Amino acid sequence: MARGMIRKTFLTPLGKENPVFIQVLGICSTLAVTNKLENTVVMTLGVMFTTALSSFVISLIRKLIPPRIRMMVETLIIATFVIIVDIVLKAFLPDIWKQLGPYVGLIITNCIIMGRAEAFALNNKPGLSLIDGLSSGLGYAYVLLIIAFFRELLGTGSLWGVRILGSWWTNWSVMIMPPGAFFMLAIFIWVVKEAFIKKEESK
Amino acid sequence: MNSAVYPIAVFFAAVFTNNILLTNYLGMCSFLSVSREIKTSVGLGIAVTFVMATTTILNWLAYNFILLPFQLEYLRFIVFIIIIAAFVQLIEMIIERVSEGLYAALGIFLPLITVNCAILGVSLFMVIRDYNLITSFFYGLGSGLGWFLAIMAMAGIRQKLTRAKVPPGLEGAGITLIIAGMMALAFMGFSGMINIT
Repeated sequence: MARGMIRKTFLTPLGKENPVFIQVLGICSTLAVTNKLENTVVMTLGVMFTTALSSFVISLIRKLIPPRIRMMVETLIIATFVIIVDIVLKAFLPDIWKQLGPYVGLIITNCIIMGRAEAFALNNKPGLSLIDGLSSGLGYAYVLLIIAFFRELLGTGSLWGVRILGSWWTNWSVMIMPPGAFFMLAIFIWVVKEAFIKKEESK
Repeated sequence: MNSAVYPIAVFFAAVFTNNILLTNYLGMCSFLSVSREIKTSVGLGIAVTFVMATTTILNWLAYNFILLPFQLEYLRFIVFIIIIAAFVQLIEMIIERVSEGLYAALGIFLPLITVNCAILGVSLFMVIRDYNLITSFFYGLGSGLGWFLAIMAMAGIRQKLTRAKVPPGLEGAGITLIIAGMMALAFMGFSGMINIT
């Protein structure tokens, strides 16, 4: 029973209730940081760290939070973890920190984290909330990595800053500019939904 | 650039060339969920513009007069978000007391604004770009208006779209993102007019 529960908690945010392509949350950073694979990896690690630990802490003190100001308390807890991420990045990866710019701070208003806190951590035990937060972060991470993979490959012909495609490749510079981000995410959602719809019909 | 003209240039850049929604992708959540009708999106647009312009000033003052002198820059995330949340709460209470009609029109949008990342984003950009007080105000105002413009245009397009046939997989978020992409392409036509970094 307990193991089944953990399994279910871990798997739902990865597929059926994916925060990005099903619930369409946290889109701002999904679009903004996916123009380079390197930035995306750093950003998703930051988000995973924040969702997992803030869910855990909120769940630990869930019975002490007065309901009227719970949003404020949650925001402060999330902000604390984001500050940790910000300071660590600034110290160890200053180049990437500079490129990510305000988007590290904007993890605070990433609706995924707040959404998980409200929907899950307030009603569940700390251990389970930690797993839920972590897998929500993972669900967010792998979608971003797929999008970033295509955007960097098509937009600059390289991956992780290393040229992959030969000189015959003409860069689609629109892919690393804002419109490319919108189109890429839309196409991703389309493909996934189309696949899901087919599956449901055949059942 | 001439220092008297600079704030104005930043203002126009924030509306057109560096639109907060279409080039910085901020405020997408409410943009996707509230852009179904022109009427509601106008209400939200006005509220966002107002809150953005005022909280940028408040955050600028807090950053330059409290955080910088005490070397507490790393606390800016917490301070900014508290100021925004407190200000929105205050405005909500004032509007509720003063005008029943305005509260009915804007009241439901105000709680949504606290979690709108565009508001916090504008304050963070202001710090990174080192704007002075007047420029920050114009930047906040321009970004708000730019967001307003984008969501209103989107609502107009989506109202027409209700009569169109959309592939089932693209309904809702998908088609909205594609339209946003086209709008971003269109707004790229403005680039080169003014440039701010």
